[in-house]
Amino acid sequence: MYIKSGMTLHKLHPDTWVDHYADYLFNYAIARVNDEEVAKDLVQETFFAGLKSAKNFMGTATERTWLVAILKRKIIDHYRKINSKKGKAEVRINYNDRSESEGDWLEEQVADPFSLQENDALENEELGLAIQDCIDKLPEKQHLAFTMKTVRGLSTEDICNELNINPSNLWVMIHRARTALMGCLNENWFKL
Amino acid sequence: MISCEEASQICNKSQYREASLYEKIKLKFHILFCASCARFSKKNKKLTSLCEEADLHCLTEQEKTTIKKNIKEQL
Repeated sequence: MYIKSGMTLHKLHPDTWVDHYADYLFNYAIARVNDEEVAKDLVQETFFAGLKSAKNFMGTATERTWLVAILKRKIIDHYRKINSKKGKAEVRINYNDRSESEGDWLEEQVADPFSLQENDALENEELGLAIQDCIDKLPEKQHLAFTMKTVRGLSTEDICNELNINPSNLWVMIHRARTALMGCLNENWFKL
Repeated sequence: MISCEEASQICNKSQYREASLYEKIKLKFHILFCASCARFSKKNKKLTSLCEEADLHCLTEQEKTTIKKNIKEQL
C-alpha cells in the first residue's frame, strides 16, 4: 500500500461514530434495502463489526469511508441471508410467452440502463448523501433543530417542547443551519 | 417596510408552510426592493426542493441512544 510521506493518518473514535455517521450510513442503507428497520439494524451491525476489526484500520481512508465499506459488505450479507432463507437463490425468468414475441431475445427485456427513472434514483441518492454530509458538519444544536424540522417534519411546538426552547430560538437555529447548508452545497448543487 | 432580518425569518417559515398570508405579502413586497433577500429567498426555496427530492431519513435521538448503549456494551 502506498502512503504519501507526511500524510496524516486517520484515527478511529468509536465513541463519536453514532453522532457523526449514523444518519449518513442510515441513508446509504435505506437506498439499498428500502426498509427502515432493516437499515437501522445494518447500521448497528456495521458499528459492531467496525469495533471488532478496528485493529485492521490502516488509517489511509477516513473513518466514514471505512465504515461505508463495512456497511456495503453487511448489505451484501443481508441479501445473501434473505436468499438462503428462501432455500435457494432464485433467479426467475418470466419469459414472455405471448405468441407475437416468440423468439425475441431475453436481452430485450432487461432494464434499460438509460432509463430516466433509474438515473433519477441514483442521482437522488447522491444528492441525499451530499446533503447529509453537509448536515453532519453543522454544530450540534443546529444539526438537531434542522433534522427535527426538515427530515422528521416535526411541528415547531413539538420541537420547542422537546428542546426546551422558544420558537424564535428555533427559527434562529433553523436560519443558521439553512444558511450553512446553502454554503456547503454551493459548489455542486447551487449553480443556478 | 420590514427589516431584512424579519424577511429572512418569514422566508424560513414559509419553507415549512408556517408563514401567514399577511407575512408572505410583506416578504414579497420586501423582495421587490431588496436584491440580497431576493437571492436568499431563491436559494432557500432551492434548498427546500433539494431536501424534498433527496427524501432524507434519520434515526431518532432515542434510536441513537440505544445504538450508543449497545456499542458501549461491546467495548
